[in-house]
Amino acid sequence: MTHALEMIPARPAPPVKASRINLARVAGYGILTLWAVLGLALVWYLASSWDPAKIERYGWRYLDGLATTLMLTFGSITLGALLSLPVTFARMARNPILNTIAYAYVYVFRSTPMLLQIFLIYYGLGSFRPQIEAIGLWWFFREAWYCALFAMTLNTAAYQAEILRGAIQSVPRGQTEGAKSLGLPTSITFWKIILPQALIVALRPYGNEIIFMIKGSAVVAVVTVLDLMGQTRYAFSRTFDYQTYLWAAIFYLAIVEALRHAWGAIEARLTRHLKR
Amino acid sequence: MGGLSSALGSIWDWINYTFDPLCGPVGLFRLLATDTLVGCGDTGWGDEIAFGVKVTISLALATLPVGLALGFLIALARQSGEWSLRAATGVYTTIFRGLPELLTLFIVYFGFQILVQSVLTWLGIDQRVEINAFVAGMIALSVVFSSYASEVLLSAFQAIPRGQYEAGSAVGLSRRKTMWLIIVPQLIRIALPGLSNLWLVLLKDTALVSVIGLADIVRQTGVAARVTKEAFMFYGIACLLYLVLATVSSIGLNAIARWANRAEASR
Repeated sequence: MTHALEMIPARPAPPVKASRINLARVAGYGILTLWAVLGLALVWYLASSWDPAKIERYGWRYLDGLATTLMLTFGSITLGALLSLPVTFARMARNPILNTIAYAYVYVFRSTPMLLQIFLIYYGLGSFRPQIEAIGLWWFFREAWYCALFAMTLNTAAYQAEILRGAIQSVPRGQTEGAKSLGLPTSITFWKIILPQALIVALRPYGNEIIFMIKGSAVVAVVTVLDLMGQTRYAFSRTFDYQTYLWAAIFYLAIVEALRHAWGAIEARLTRHLKR
Repeated sequence: MGGLSSALGSIWDWINYTFDPLCGPVGLFRLLATDTLVGCGDTGWGDEIAFGVKVTISLALATLPVGLALGFLIALARQSGEWSLRAATGVYTTIFRGLPELLTLFIVYFGFQILVQSVLTWLGIDQRVEINAFVAGMIALSVVFSSYASEVLLSAFQAIPRGQYEAGSAVGLSRRKTMWLIIVPQLIRIALPGLSNLWLVLLKDTALVSVIGLADIVRQTGVAARVTKEAFMFYGIACLLYLVLATVSSIGLNAIARWANRAEASR
């Protein structure tokens, strides 16, 4: 029977044979090249089809549409934030009737498409024209712009109520108990202790909601509101020029990216005391 | 062959008719609303709406596997060691998460049309082409779905400890087998809540395809609303149908989540 008398001396591991060409690298450079080619093609296409007459005719329309999009988005976000407060309180209330109503509202508006909500308000409420005229609100529901703003507000309020509820419930109970033991009244506890901590948690979802509303606001073009998308469809229907859509894409990407980075900076600034 | 396919076709028609929840033999519209505007048949709009529901469901179901597969590949690329691959897929997700879904749809729909047209002209064929709205919608929605799904899957990947990969190679599994037998089963469980949300978003996004003329729920009820002048009723029905679809799918997704977490629950 043989046995080893001495251990084999330790040797360094063999050098890793990393091949310079592997599938990931080929795919990566391939796709990057494709993006670069597409980007150059886009620039070339836009430059070669640059038409001063078209730019003069439709350029300011795009800017006007951009302003409409931003107004609709920020208007509905602000109004939705106001509307979401009572919905959130109703949603967290102990009263089962209030709770059910708020839950139904949030559920309905979160599980149907915004396009359909806008249709329902703009075209659907037209069925009740005599009644609406009787209460003197027809001027509001006659205008596509107001209807779009109304539908977007209702939609975003449902989402914002859920964001706010989640954020408020994420604040530990101990905070409320601590405030109670200090003898603070309920309103001060809510405004000065619970809400500031909840809003920090809600910061990121709120940013996402704003971006979703900017993107979602494109559907108002279908009910003849001339927002950025609406002006794009108008320009396309007049010229049949594909570059109209590419310009819209550039505008939308620019707004969304600018907002995303700005929001990131705001968030980093506001949460700097939480950095470890 | 012709006989077989026609037999299969008639079986499919029979299944389609019998299990139709709206206009089948025990369908909602047939039982409750026979001689009204939403009745089935030539006088009512029930069968048109039922067709729209089928189109919406099949568009969402056709988009899901494509979007999931693309999203999985992108998530893999996003966490690879190769910077070029990470950058390339980063550009993809930035673009398609930043564009409105409606605009993506238009860009795909008109872009493909112009592309195919110019290729045909270049080949010397003078013919008008129409891109199928279903295919265009499927491509656009898959692209959007995949860029969101890749984010969900990426964070799920990051939740799986490195030790799982190391254990896989310690017992001698190849990288592919480690992925399929160890990582993916855990990945499904972690990513399921996020993917369920994306499915509900996808279901709602299919409504956009009505704008390029696909006969889905919104389109069919819109036509009915215009013809009958009963806009509120028909759009209300459309909202209810989406509500039902969302409720049914969340029940189904809860069942899947329970199944995926069955090992956790017993603990």
